Amino acid sequence: MKEKAKILDKDAIGRSLMRISHEILEKNKFTKDLVIVGIRNRGAYLAQRLAKSIERISKKLPPVGILDITLYRDDLTQIGPQPVVHKTEIDFDISDKAVILVDDVLYTGRTVRCALDELIDFGRPKSIQLAVLVDRGHRELPIKADYVGKNIPTSKRENVEVRLQEVDGKDEVVILEKD
Amino acid sequence: MAVWRRKHLLGLEDLTKEEIELILNTAESFKEISVREVKKVPTLRGKTVVLLFFESSTRTRTSFELAAKRLSADTVSLSSTTSSVTKGESLLDTAKNIEAMNIDFIVIRHQASGAAYLLSKIVSPSVINAGDGFHEHPTQALLDLFTIREKKKKIEGLNVSIIGDISHSRVARSNIYGLKKLGANVCVCGPPTLIPKDIEKLGVKITYDIREAIIEADVLNVLRLQLERQKENLFSSLKEYIRLFGIDKEKLKEVKKEVLIMHPGPVNRGIELSTDVADGQYSVILDQVTNGIAVRMGILYLLSGVKEEI
Repeated sequence: MKEKAKILDKDAIGRSLMRISHEILEKNKFTKDLVIVGIRNRGAYLAQRLAKSIERISKKLPPVGILDITLYRDDLTQIGPQPVVHKTEIDFDISDKAVILVDDVLYTGRTVRCALDELIDFGRPKSIQLAVLVDRGHRELPIKADYVGKNIPTSKRENVEVRLQEVDGKDEVVILEKD
Repeated sequence: MAVWRRKHLLGLEDLTKEEIELILNTAESFKEISVREVKKVPTLRGKTVVLLFFESSTRTRTSFELAAKRLSADTVSLSSTTSSVTKGESLLDTAKNIEAMNIDFIVIRHQASGAAYLLSKIVSPSVINAGDGFHEHPTQALLDLFTIREKKKKIEGLNVSIIGDISHSRVARSNIYGLKKLGANVCVCGPPTLIPKDIEKLGVKITYDIREAIIEADVLNVLRLQLERQKENLFSSLKEYIRLFGIDKEKLKEVKKEVLIMHPGPVNRGIELSTDVADGQYSVILDQVTNGIAVRMGILYLLSGVKEEI
């Protein structure tokens, strides 16, 4: 895989998250019902950042949880040795809450399907809304994001990589292409 | 991190340190599922687990059954007393017939050492040893390791004393393998007649003096005294055993550190453990039971990803 183009830099990611925070607050007037849940791995860090920027605007920090969707995957029987399972950490009740589900890249929609199934096992939220930093198309399931940082049309030969300070040492979104 | 490549779990003797740590880390992620509103994940949907118990069991069998069910697998429980084993059907025939019903896992407890190993050679499902004779009881040792690590935040360098009938204990044997691999200092203590002389080869210290086993210990793993051993003259009287090796408040006064009291169950109250110690502040006996489900879920998960042993 070689790097083809840088789509977002640090400032652009920051501005996208700030805009999404405003949109979330615009749509969900009662912030007391708002909770944020990020999908491991990078969605969890984005969820933390969104929560902080929502706090900056509304003066209230929504609770943040982390989902590991491995146990809900539909391809476990096909992929050989089992992938490492990490903890799901949702230490609050999601019943009757507006859950903002956060991931870095929306692609086939299969990860989001897993996350929806897992969330429902924790209770019955009032609503689940999806926020992603990048929507790259090619959906295989009827799933759509409510909040999108950037739409990036891609081919299936390409790969979108979101790099975040917390894990990768820098903030950027790049497109990689198969050699 | 290590990748899991084994189809069966037969004992801890063959496992590497990395494989044991992978099981413990995986189990940690499964623990939270049992406190959810819906205590179930769809991971093993459509898989079948057969519990084949030729000896009685409360904890291990219930724990395996719940672990499988919380992963959405179907379970069938067979015990020797209610199956055709009473009509003389052999272990191999029983296993072959169960295999013919297209199942994915056999969890077996058997009075003969090596029974699980034997099954793994002749049937195609994954085999999990739930205790074979005096040989191994790997899932018990793994849940013991998990509980020690959870409470003490590490295993390496800890002093763990295993107390009681070491000779007839598969729990002791599996614990010794696991603890040594993870870097603990292991001491065994009991009447000389119940400690095999060659156990030192496994890298453990032997003592017949309970004070010595207790004084520097971080963990006391107290084994159940099998009362039928008295008939074999392996210990002289119950009263003497209690006086010499029974853990009570008085003996615990010698302890220098915050010690964990563990027991694989079922407890003979007032014999190997006094009731106030079994229910006391240092006891983690019920934590062991809780953790057993997470550990067994982790094992079922890891094994289910391996179709052929490499």
